[in-house]
Amino acid sequence: MIYSDLFFWLFGGLIPLAITAFMVARSRALGSEKDGSRLHSLPGYYGWYAVIWLALPAMLSGLVFSAAHLFGLFTIPAPMLLATMFTIGAAGLWYGLRHINVEFRAREKVEKVATALLIAAASISILTTLGIVLSVVFESVRFFQVISFWDFITGTKWEPDTAFLIGAGRDTAGMTPPAFGAVPIFAGTFMITAIALLVAVPVGLFSAIYMSEYASHAARGRLKPMLEILAGIPTVVYGFFAAITISPLVVKAAHALGLEADYTNALAPGLIMGVMIIPFVSSLSDDVITAVPQGLRDGSLALGTTKAETIRHIVLPAALPGIVAAFLLATSRAIGETMIVVMAAGLRPNLTANPLEGITTVTVKIVEALTGDQEFDSAFTQSAFALGFVLLLITLMLNIVSSIVVRKFKQRYE
Amino acid sequence: MSQHGFQADARKRKRDRADKRFKFYGLAAITFALAFLLFFFVDIIGKGLPAFQQAEIKVNVHYSEATMNNYNKAVDRQYKTLVSKTWLRLVPNQMRDNPELMGTDREEWVLAENRVDQFLKGNEGHRLKAKYQTVINQMLEDGTVRLVFNTGFFTKGDSKLPENAGILASAIGSILVLLLTMLFAVPVGVMTAIYLEEFAPDNKLTQIIEVNINNLAAIPSILYGLLGLAIFINFMGVPRSSALVGGLTLALMTLPVIIIATRAALRAVPDSIREAAYGLGASSLQVVWHHVLPLAMPGILTGSIIGLAQAMGETAPLLIVGMMAYIPEAPGSIFEATTVLPAQIYTWSSESLRAFEERTAAGIMVLLAVLLSLNAVAVKFRNRSENTW
Repeated sequence: MIYSDLFFWLFGGLIPLAITAFMVARSRALGSEKDGSRLHSLPGYYGWYAVIWLALPAMLSGLVFSAAHLFGLFTIPAPMLLATMFTIGAAGLWYGLRHINVEFRAREKVEKVATALLIAAASISILTTLGIVLSVVFESVRFFQVISFWDFITGTKWEPDTAFLIGAGRDTAGMTPPAFGAVPIFAGTFMITAIALLVAVPVGLFSAIYMSEYASHAARGRLKPMLEILAGIPTVVYGFFAAITISPLVVKAAHALGLEADYTNALAPGLIMGVMIIPFVSSLSDDVITAVPQGLRDGSLALGTTKAETIRHIVLPAALPGIVAAFLLATSRAIGETMIVVMAAGLRPNLTANPLEGITTVTVKIVEALTGDQEFDSAFTQSAFALGFVLLLITLMLNIVSSIVVRKFKQRYE
Repeated sequence: MSQHGFQADARKRKRDRADKRFKFYGLAAITFALAFLLFFFVDIIGKGLPAFQQAEIKVNVHYSEATMNNYNKAVDRQYKTLVSKTWLRLVPNQMRDNPELMGTDREEWVLAENRVDQFLKGNEGHRLKAKYQTVINQMLEDGTVRLVFNTGFFTKGDSKLPENAGILASAIGSILVLLLTMLFAVPVGVMTAIYLEEFAPDNKLTQIIEVNINNLAAIPSILYGLLGLAIFINFMGVPRSSALVGGLTLALMTLPVIIIATRAALRAVPDSIREAAYGLGASSLQVVWHHVLPLAMPGILTGSIIGLAQAMGETAPLLIVGMMAYIPEAPGSIFEATTVLPAQIYTWSSESLRAFEERTAAGIMVLLAVLLSLNAVAVKFRNRSENTW
């Protein structure tokens, strides 16, 4: 039996059963009302109580069987699984229905289960983090068993081609061993990030200053959503634009200046990435600049400073922690950005300081390693997880530092 | 006027100039951003608009025994390379379905080859040979070649031949993936937010969950792809490239957005509402379910729409879970290989044929139109429901 059938029978079977259980339990509760005695809870709660006794044991047993299957303990065929689940569900329902009488506090029980469900939902976010960390760490460890961690973070040569042959068991004696020196890849990421920040920070910051200090309320209401369109454009679209429109422009401009530029230059994706993160810088900076108490401005203006002097010497220093946080968040965005560089930057690791040359980045290498038809178990595909691990560490650090900075800032003015 | 006063005047003028300059920088920054936006839209629309038209040529189609055996015989020799291969290949099928065609010759408008199409639209890189150019120019005079609205773009799936490539399969894939994302992320996100905002005790665990959610919101999307690959595909055995794995991956990515928006919406509901409900004897769950949640609904919807719009435009994690496969047909179930609109844009953009470039841009126009209208709906919702308590 294939997956889709399983799902169909499961939900197709459980939902009508649940509705029946609800009706039966509800009428049974109402029927147990005699003169003088009233139900403890509203009748619907008795219905829900029955549904819980039906669905929860069935679902739990399903989960147990799936877990057993995943961990390779034992596997039972799908029809049997369904049958077991329905039997357990029916048994639960029978047990639950016995409780229903006038005095039974159905609401309390139902609410307990509902609260437990809420807690379960909240724990999914923890599980997600755990999943990300585990999936990255698990494969990285296997990678670092083969390639030394030190070579990975200090090596300057990234030549993984032969790892693929070794993974397939086709290694020959005279073959050069694969090299996984990630320095050129990180250098590429940092160069593109730096270009992006050079665009995003001044433009974003000055936009924020203009919107919060100069623009009228109406103008601000119109400008802000327009700027936010920039953040709403999908990255694949930016990637296309960088590769098809901006890259040739950069090459042409470089030629006009008598310079050589590759079509996979770092400048085009860097510039576009910078434009993409303008709204991140501007909206966060805007928030903190608006949060600076008006009293500080009034005091400064009363001493005879011009508006620009007040902003430069009073408002911006006061808002600095928030601006730093915006800067850090923008950096983390730029480092983790994928589609723009996949489409507009190169594939060849290149240790250079020239933004007109083709370079590659961490995210490009991750995509390259995981979208081909390679065997999953070669060091080449595992290298993607090692790169992801470093990416995770860097972005987490940036986020944590920026959130600490923001909290400090808020404490100062609240 | 004294010497000192004159100096002070000069200094004042200098400061005023600096003041004006500073304001100008701000204006320049905003102008730069908006000018970019304008340039971007003009460029994309300019590139994509031609794709909404498609060349057709009028040829004499021979429905004969010879055509049945070799579809190349369906049109006269000189037109063979001008009509689309996808149409030619289907002629025998068409004859099988409609036996009355056999033995007739009919004048028909048929789909033209992409080089003809590009030549007619005046694209530089059309690659149509000179001898065919004269044929087409002659046909233009005879009125046997025309550009019509490209319905195929909306009714066909992907194809290796640009004149036959459309967005239908990927659009359906996008809808499937988005539905799954919504089914999973919205309930779980809202429940998490309700727990954290209304029920959670102020202890270490709650703080860990909160910090954790903020971190999740800032983790690069590609790492969610690694999670999807390692956990969903390799560990749980969810089929690769399927809408299910894409939807689950995007759901985890969207979750923090929805949680954060929902918490803000719940926080905006004043405590007096809760106290009044408690005062009438409601239990804490009834307070939330009957009073707080309905009042917070517009904010929750706004946050959910924004989160889903973000998920709809996302590509990187989907590439990692294999959703860039060549999918000519719309998927029949959530377990089949599927592609989505952004992934389709990505695969088209790496095609070398010139005719794919305009289709890529046209796909982008469709995607942007959907995303911008989703965002506009979300903003409208927010503005209409902005309650001041």
